[in-house]
Amino acid sequence: MIGALLLRDIRLATRAGGSAALALAFFAAVATLVPLGVGADLKLLARVAAGVLWVAAVLAALLSLDRLFQSDFEDGSLDLIALSPLSLEGTAAVKIAAHWLTTGLPLTLLSPVLGVMFGLPGPAIATLALSLLIGTPSVSALGAIGAGLTVSIRRGGLILPLLVLPLLAPAVIFGAGAVQATLNGLSNGALLLLAAFCVAATALGPFAAAAAVRLNLAG
Amino acid sequence: MASLFAYANPKRFLDLSAAVLPWLAGATVLTLGAGVVLGFLAPPDYQQGDTVKIMFLHVPAAWTAMMAYGLLALCSLLGLVWRHPLSDVAAKTAAPLGAVFTALGLITGSLWGKPMWGAWWVWDARLTSFLLLLLIYLGYIALWNAIEDEVRAARAAAILALVGVPNLIIIKFSVEWWSTLHQGESLMRSDGSHVAAVFMWPLLLSGLGYTLLFFTLWTVRIRTEILERRARALLMQGAA
Repeated sequence: MIGALLLRDIRLATRAGGSAALALAFFAAVATLVPLGVGADLKLLARVAAGVLWVAAVLAALLSLDRLFQSDFEDGSLDLIALSPLSLEGTAAVKIAAHWLTTGLPLTLLSPVLGVMFGLPGPAIATLALSLLIGTPSVSALGAIGAGLTVSIRRGGLILPLLVLPLLAPAVIFGAGAVQATLNGLSNGALLLLAAFCVAATALGPFAAAAAVRLNLAG
Repeated sequence: MASLFAYANPKRFLDLSAAVLPWLAGATVLTLGAGVVLGFLAPPDYQQGDTVKIMFLHVPAAWTAMMAYGLLALCSLLGLVWRHPLSDVAAKTAAPLGAVFTALGLITGSLWGKPMWGAWWVWDARLTSFLLLLLIYLGYIALWNAIEDEVRAARAAAILALVGVPNLIIIKFSVEWWSTLHQGESLMRSDGSHVAAVFMWPLLLSGLGYTLLFFTLWTVRIRTEILERRARALLMQGAA
């Protein structure tokens, strides 16, 4: 049951019309526009790289969040999934995992390339990738709450970022802060705080997301 | 719990609030008026000059904005657990007030920051987390407005409000942690811990005044919302 749902969601995201590749392209496009805006000074770029890449990664992940429950809600399959023996909390957790596997993980894998292009030194690139690996699950988990709340709203994609972005501030702060600390040669407590934030978000996110989906299915 | 629910009856709430409202409004005018007048008469600070008087408008606004979120979350919890319509109404009507007090805190803070720090805005821990509080308020209001069905909107908004509570705490600490990393800027000094009596009294009075103002406006808004719903229900009965 869990495996079938996970596979289904991953297939839906990666095949034609899916959003996994789009999110990656969006990530790369945003990261490309920044040097065009702030200038090609590599020293400056290295300083802002962590923040820019983290914000771009969060936005790219948000881009595909409105489809997390909504497409299933619209074609009725969410009702069928809700009827299955798997609890809604379990469904939400699986969907969060599938979302992370198709956006957070590819973004993490792409980030070292962009880190090199932004002139980050080696250790900072490693920290950047590690921080994204640790932090992006919280983006999927907190995003799932927003996706659940807005599932029955027709223009939910517009309101979703307003709900989720303020909640994701700690992830950006700790994630970018960890890279900054590495750049300055400081010890890295930010990664631990990021991990704590992510554990809390992924542990509680499915429950809040399931409650949100449930109230939208009830009517 | 029976006593709590007795007052949660909309009819009884309307009767009770109609009796209390004039007193509440009067107390608001008195305390807020006294706070503003005393604040205006307070001597200029030896360092900050007359700009210290912004404090009497700024600090209470920030207090009230945070209290409003606490009350909003409490009402959301009551509404979500006991499914009580009046708590939903209370939570809904608290949000715009909280947003306005947050904005007021940010604006007065900005006006105070210009002469003191030489900048309208600095990315200080407190300022940033307050800006995020404003965004959370706006998201909450937007969610209410986006869902047409009132019961569903109330529950969705309540979930968002409750998710916001631990997150606000985390945001506050994360932002504070973050800004200590970015040292070297002329950031906030911890004023306020030792406030002289001439400043303390107007501050406490206007703090009380702001709180009473919030409760007055809140009561008015809850009453309006109840009456509006009743009018709508009557209209629909007439149409049927």
